Amino acid sequence: MIFKRPTLLLVVATLLIGSGGPARDAIARDILTLATTTSTDNSGLLAHLHRDFEKKTGIVVKVIAKGTGAALQLARDGNADVVLVHAREQEDRFVADGFGVARHDVMHNDFVILGPTSDTASDTASDTASDPAGIRGVKNAAEALRRIAAAEETFVSRGDGSGTHIKEQQLWRLTRVPLQTKVVRIYSGGVAKEFRSVRPPGDWYLSIGQGMGKTIMVATERRAYTLADRGTYYALALAKPSRTDLTIVCQGDPLLYNPYGVIAVNPARHPHVNTKAATAYVRWITSPAVQAMIGRYTVQGKVLFHPAVVLEEQGHRKRSDK
Amino acid sequence: MQTLLDALRNALHLIFTLDADVFEYAGRSLLIASVSTLIAAVLGIPLGMLIAERTFRGKRAVVTVLNTALAFPTVVVGLFIYTLLSRTGPLGQLQLLFTIPAIIIGEVVLIVPIITAFTMTAVARTDRDVRKTAIALGAGRRQALWTVFCESRFGVAAAVIAAFGRVVSEVGVATILGGNADRFTRTMTTAIVLNVDMGNFALALALGGVLLALSLSINVLFQYVQGGGPD
Repeated sequence: MIFKRPTLLLVVATLLIGSGGPARDAIARDILTLATTTSTDNSGLLAHLHRDFEKKTGIVVKVIAKGTGAALQLARDGNADVVLVHAREQEDRFVADGFGVARHDVMHNDFVILGPTSDTASDTASDTASDPAGIRGVKNAAEALRRIAAAEETFVSRGDGSGTHIKEQQLWRLTRVPLQTKVVRIYSGGVAKEFRSVRPPGDWYLSIGQGMGKTIMVATERRAYTLADRGTYYALALAKPSRTDLTIVCQGDPLLYNPYGVIAVNPARHPHVNTKAATAYVRWITSPAVQAMIGRYTVQGKVLFHPAVVLEEQGHRKRSDK
Repeated sequence: MQTLLDALRNALHLIFTLDADVFEYAGRSLLIASVSTLIAAVLGIPLGMLIAERTFRGKRAVVTVLNTALAFPTVVVGLFIYTLLSRTGPLGQLQLLFTIPAIIIGEVVLIVPIITAFTMTAVARTDRDVRKTAIALGAGRRQALWTVFCESRFGVAAAVIAAFGRVVSEVGVATILGGNADRFTRTMTTAIVLNVDMGNFALALALGGVLLALSLSINVLFQYVQGGGPD
């Protein structure tokens, strides 16, 4: 007998506490699953925007935040309805392979190279740890990385196949630093596929396989360099209290441009996807009103993302209306 | 040190202002833990008793497998269920991935071995004499089994509590099968991980404190209902 009572109590407690938020998932409603990157989610932008989408359409957005590579894989497997990512080449291949309907520009920001510098110049003790690879003032991102490699200063890499990691590898290839190629063989649908990644071989290079926020935090603790998107960096650096003392040591190289695209998953490939909601989402996020909202979104007064040019908007409209 | 003090203040603030997010995560964690413990108990207790009661060929192998299952890494359990529930998997039709039921399935797989193994041990320990006595006193097979169950109830309760604790504190299954989607599948533990990743240590620690307080209250409740436990 003794056992029936706790069980009963558990059930009652569950019903009491579970009747609010947590049980909502079970109630049937129009849900759109968005696979996106940690950078858009961690920055708080999506939560801000989606309130508007939910008010206008009644569709609730379920955000699964992974790296770009993982987000696209989710969509390829049919586990998402729409993706919002930032690795142009992979996005185009995703559409060309028939997984996505079409890619639309949404917004852009840029990558920055962060490094340990002490802005309070009075602190001489920490000056020794200030930009030890001497990057400050270097405009060329590949040159900045080359100097980190030459000085063998600690560099923290996402190492997770994310858009940021892909950009980082692109930059390393331009440095002419000797690189190691790692080939991972994965069977997918019975076919072996090879995934290549490159890295400099030294011990100073830390590939941690984590999201953007975590990577900046590790770099902060190690007083290391890292490549980050400006949005996530601002979200951490401008938080109160600030969570990182790394500063931007290299920015403005055209190669550091970071465009985000939205792609609805192709219903011809995955008939079960919520195409109606996905189409509505694509149309909504590329609409002038939401584009303006993206441009107005700030953290501590700093703009994190710039909307895709409004002039392009009409062309997109036509394509997504198809 | 400051972080710890901040965390304490944050935790108290979150609790006393009845922070909506925290209550949502806590409610979700509690829901998942309760339901999966209930299901696992319904499956694991009879299974544990059966294994303890019966003698059959390969019993030692079964026990070994069961004990190995206690060491299942949560991420492996999560991944295994993920491949089943993914759209490309055999159960993809159910559309369960990244939902609360998906997490519950994973947790049940994780803790059924715990409840089974603990129950088995508890029953095996009390079994022989109790059962003989019950039968000697004229009990039928069923009644004898019931007596054995009652006599080993504290061990079985320990199994259930351990299983509940495992789910409440677990992060691998919840992350992989839930996806940490805000307003859908974010639990106390996945929220803690997210805040750690974002360098929000004070809030992460505070959430940890709230989770501990939650576990404490559940256990106090359990103890109370159970009537003090073994002397």
